[in-house]
Amino acid sequence: MKESNQRKIYGETLIELGKENKNIVVLEADLGKSTMTYQFQQEFPERYFEMGIAEADMVSFAAGLSLTDKIPFVNTFAVFCTGRPYDQIRQGVCIGKLNVKIIGSSAGLSDFGDGATHQSVEDIAIMRAIPNMTVIVPCDGIETKKVIRAVAEYDGPVYVRLTRNDIVDIFPEDQEFQIGKPYIIRDGKDITVFAIGVMVSMALKAADELMKEGVSVRVVDVSTLKPLDEKAIIELAKGMKGVVTAEEHSCIGGLASAITYALRGNAVPVEVVAIQDVFGQSAHSYNDLLVHYGLTDKDIVEKIKNILK
Amino acid sequence: MDCLIEELERKAKKIRLNIVKMVGPGNTGHFGGSCSIADITAVLYFHKMKHDPKNPKWEDRDRFLFSKGHAAIAQYAALSICGYFPEEETLKLKELGSKFQGHPDLRKTPGIEANTGSLGQGLSISCGIAAGAKLDKKTYRVYCVVGDGEIAEGQIWEAAMAASVYKLDNLTAILDYNKLQATGTVIERFNTNPLKEKWEAFGWNVIEIDGHDISNIIEALDNAEKVKGKPTIILAHTVKGKGLKCAENNAAFHNGALTQEQYDTACKSLM
Repeated sequence: MKESNQRKIYGETLIELGKENKNIVVLEADLGKSTMTYQFQQEFPERYFEMGIAEADMVSFAAGLSLTDKIPFVNTFAVFCTGRPYDQIRQGVCIGKLNVKIIGSSAGLSDFGDGATHQSVEDIAIMRAIPNMTVIVPCDGIETKKVIRAVAEYDGPVYVRLTRNDIVDIFPEDQEFQIGKPYIIRDGKDITVFAIGVMVSMALKAADELMKEGVSVRVVDVSTLKPLDEKAIIELAKGMKGVVTAEEHSCIGGLASAITYALRGNAVPVEVVAIQDVFGQSAHSYNDLLVHYGLTDKDIVEKIKNILK
Repeated sequence: MDCLIEELERKAKKIRLNIVKMVGPGNTGHFGGSCSIADITAVLYFHKMKHDPKNPKWEDRDRFLFSKGHAAIAQYAALSICGYFPEEETLKLKELGSKFQGHPDLRKTPGIEANTGSLGQGLSISCGIAAGAKLDKKTYRVYCVVGDGEIAEGQIWEAAMAASVYKLDNLTAILDYNKLQATGTVIERFNTNPLKEKWEAFGWNVIEIDGHDISNIIEALDNAEKVKGKPTIILAHTVKGKGLKCAENNAAFHNGALTQEQYDTACKSLM
């Protein structure tokens, strides 16, 4: 199966956008080689702001740029652009609903070698909790490109979460992306798996596996976690024996919270695949961490079987 | 010139009167830091800045941000006197649903440029606006008032570095050097001195003035405009609560309430 890298596609998409719209500006906190925004600097040096290792200032500076009708894309690792400048995002960006885009790179456990300090397990929870904030987690490279273009069009603050590693392409090339809409990646009639990010492809693998046993699984890519289309979520869960949520994020405040809240009052059994309120740690590979924290297709299969028992 | 100075002094007095009326007797308000900045606010809105109360979003306007957002009442007073909204309307300060929030809100109040109040952020926002102006090759200036207590925030110094790196000579910061913070004197609570040396070391042009002397203020703002290649900060020596006798140099009026008697006396003296 074809794989691609969200960071690389993000960097390329920024350049395309930069050519189309002179108001696109990019801010970086000394991680441009990793977030892949350095290519934007080569193309448009005057619209690229290296802000030093000073994330708080970077976010407020971006707020200022947005007040002159620029469309700032703020970049660093997910853990550093959500936690550290939380107050700047809340106060200076979101209360005023300013047009600032926060792009969290190397999110979740994907910065596998660097350990707990660099792995964001609660970034979605933090961003979801802020009024006026939109939160999007594309599932692959194809969706990343569509998401970034949609985010540039949208007027308001957005947090986008990107992973570091190559991941399998699964989002349909010809599918238009709209902020706020969940996408059925594969249809089924017994169980719905609501997934985000890398867990969408894990859910597809789980669906393949269960197909052999006669279980039909619907896989939904809930890329826009906020605003969540609650009606669509209820519809997608309707008539199922149960639903599973799958995310590379803490079980607190992310997809599991969003989906169970959306399904309140609907008697549907729910199982959760997520990180269990713990920090990450270093490992030699991303996969080692996914296995250790129970974030694989096998874990999804197990949860589905729990429901069907 | 004398005529101008007298007129601006009257405007500053009117700002102080409106601050007192807006808060009213018995309600807490940030009298101290609002009165200390009243003269500078008057010079900016009634003399120095290009702006249009009928078109608050005019793209070539000069911008004035209160990084020390708790002094918003000084800005509301000035904006109302300019005609951005009726003066009576500001009496709804902090009422439920009012456009006059406890801290500045750009979505609610015409003439307000940013959401400030969480200290340390307004200077960074001002830098971003100044950088945006340069990208657009616009000639408007950005003014930003910061507090002497506020500069304990690390972000102020991140912004100070960024302004210097990006050579934001279209930015003038004004430091309201009133020597008092919420809980006492800056020197005793958390000493942010020496100021001149710090700002110079961060690459800024520094001008030191009496922040209540109108001609001093005008001259400093004019001189700031002439300096190219670096931002300017005006260290404005002020008296916290200036013009409101009971509040002068009194940390209790950082966010305090006037008794009815104090209110009446203040109104009489500021008429």
